[in-house]
Amino acid sequence: MHRFAKPSVFLKLTGAMMPWMVALTVILTVVGLYLALIGSPVDYQQGNTVRIMYIHVPAAWMGLFCYVGMALCGAMSLIWKHPLADICARATAPVGATFTALTLITGSLWGEPMWGTWWVWDARLTSMLILLFLYLGYIALVNAFDDPERGSKAGSALALVGVVNVPIVKFSVDWWNTLHQPASVARMDGPSIDPSMLAPLLIMAFAFTGYYFIILVLRVRLELNQRRIRALQLSGLFDERAAANGDDDALAYDQGHNAGAGK
Amino acid sequence: MNAFVAILRRDLRLALRQGADSVMVVAFFIVTTTLFPFGVGPEANILARIASGVIWVAALLAAMLSLERVFQTDYEDGTLELLTLSPVPLELLVLGKVCAHWLTTGLPLIIAAPVMAVMLNMDQDGFGTLMIAMLIGTPALSLIGAIGAALILGARRGGVLVSLLVLPLYIPVLIFGAGAVEAALLGISAQAQLQIMGAILLLSLAAAPFATAHAIRQAVE
Amino acid sequence: MSEFFSMGGYGSYIWASYGIAALAMIVLLIATLRGLRQSKTELDQLETVLKARRPRRARTTDQSQTS
Repeated sequence: MHRFAKPSVFLKLTGAMMPWMVALTVILTVVGLYLALIGSPVDYQQGNTVRIMYIHVPAAWMGLFCYVGMALCGAMSLIWKHPLADICARATAPVGATFTALTLITGSLWGEPMWGTWWVWDARLTSMLILLFLYLGYIALVNAFDDPERGSKAGSALALVGVVNVPIVKFSVDWWNTLHQPASVARMDGPSIDPSMLAPLLIMAFAFTGYYFIILVLRVRLELNQRRIRALQLSGLFDERAAANGDDDALAYDQGHNAGAGK
Repeated sequence: MNAFVAILRRDLRLALRQGADSVMVVAFFIVTTTLFPFGVGPEANILARIASGVIWVAALLAAMLSLERVFQTDYEDGTLELLTLSPVPLELLVLGKVCAHWLTTGLPLIIAAPVMAVMLNMDQDGFGTLMIAMLIGTPALSLIGAIGAALILGARRGGVLVSLLVLPLYIPVLIFGAGAVEAALLGISAQAQLQIMGAILLLSLAAAPFATAHAIRQAVE
Repeated sequence: MSEFFSMGGYGSYIWASYGIAALAMIVLLIATLRGLRQSKTELDQLETVLKARRPRRARTTDQSQTS
């Protein structure tokens, strides 16, 4: 576990896996799209709009999955203090936020023809909206510090607090909803899902998961690069000052504390 | 325990000396509440209908307004760093500071709330429940808010940021707080809502000091 | 073909959903790739500059990642 968490090992490992991941994701996406748009039957109640489900539901799953992933990374960074855990959490947030926003948008586009309204204060919609707020809060917090490492650490703590809160929010929104919900809106639960519809749903979900891992790897690399740039810039400044003063202490300090020199 | 009392007294004395803190919070609460009749019109029925929600939302915002300063000044002048180095567990000190925050913001809000309820034409049946709900709810707001206040230490634009972090976490308190008052207004027992709020308070009492202390240690290290 | 695109009258909703989803995912991908490329060129520049300036200490840059 610790071995894989070393940045150099991570880079090598993911570098080897990347072409396979991309190929797999592309194949899954093509097959998923074919099944979702052409190969699956029309729902007897909802007609063709059921095809929105093949985007909407996997996106909702990913929105939740990414948040749980962020919290797990936060826990790992808290317990084992892995530098990579923070970076993974940080790289996950934009993907999770994107999928959560997509859930809301596609849900809206599904609700308009089916329920006759773009938005209802339904328990699920509302919980999803709050999840989006949690993502936005995390992203804002992580980017609010001059030192990215400090931002990631604060973000990990927030993700943990958030994940404790998510069930409470979900429960309270459900409770609030049963009190206020007008009964006129049709529920989307519906009967158990037909296998011909389940297949595109699952394949799209896997395609989204593949997409998530590709973005995760790319963003972790981006983050590692940026940290290295920062470390180099700081050490560069140190060198300039040391050279100007003829000061050997600064150089000696720099040698050991390259990464922490910003504090 | 001595340290807890000491930090509580210190924070209270600081708040009293500056004086303006509690007054500002209450003034903000009253002004925000007063905006609603201008927005939705002065019709008594409508105001009575939305009163509990409006009061809770305004209380949430007012409690959040003062959060930024819970740790910020101590962080800037280095006091917080000394506190983390003290042999007393930081969690206890955090609890002391949260207590002081609640006494200077939560408590005045509880006293101001019935006044605003009268002005919004709320039925008298709800007053008792409103005050009890706020008595249980506002400490939870201070506890949850302290986490946000600690996380933003050293961040840019901390004040705006803390609202974005904390407000989504406040939603359960808002739902059950307003729900309790509404139940009381309908003549139903509000016990269920109040008990759930109690559970939220206990959970945040158990978890928030640790999360806050963790965030503070990150900030000063 | 036009029947396929009209989706029983719901075409605009369905194609909008798929379009927005595709757009959002592609934009995120492109933004990530672009950031990655930018950071790479910046890193290369910095490394060559620093290496030229202090050849004996070129190794220290590796420590910054693992420490």
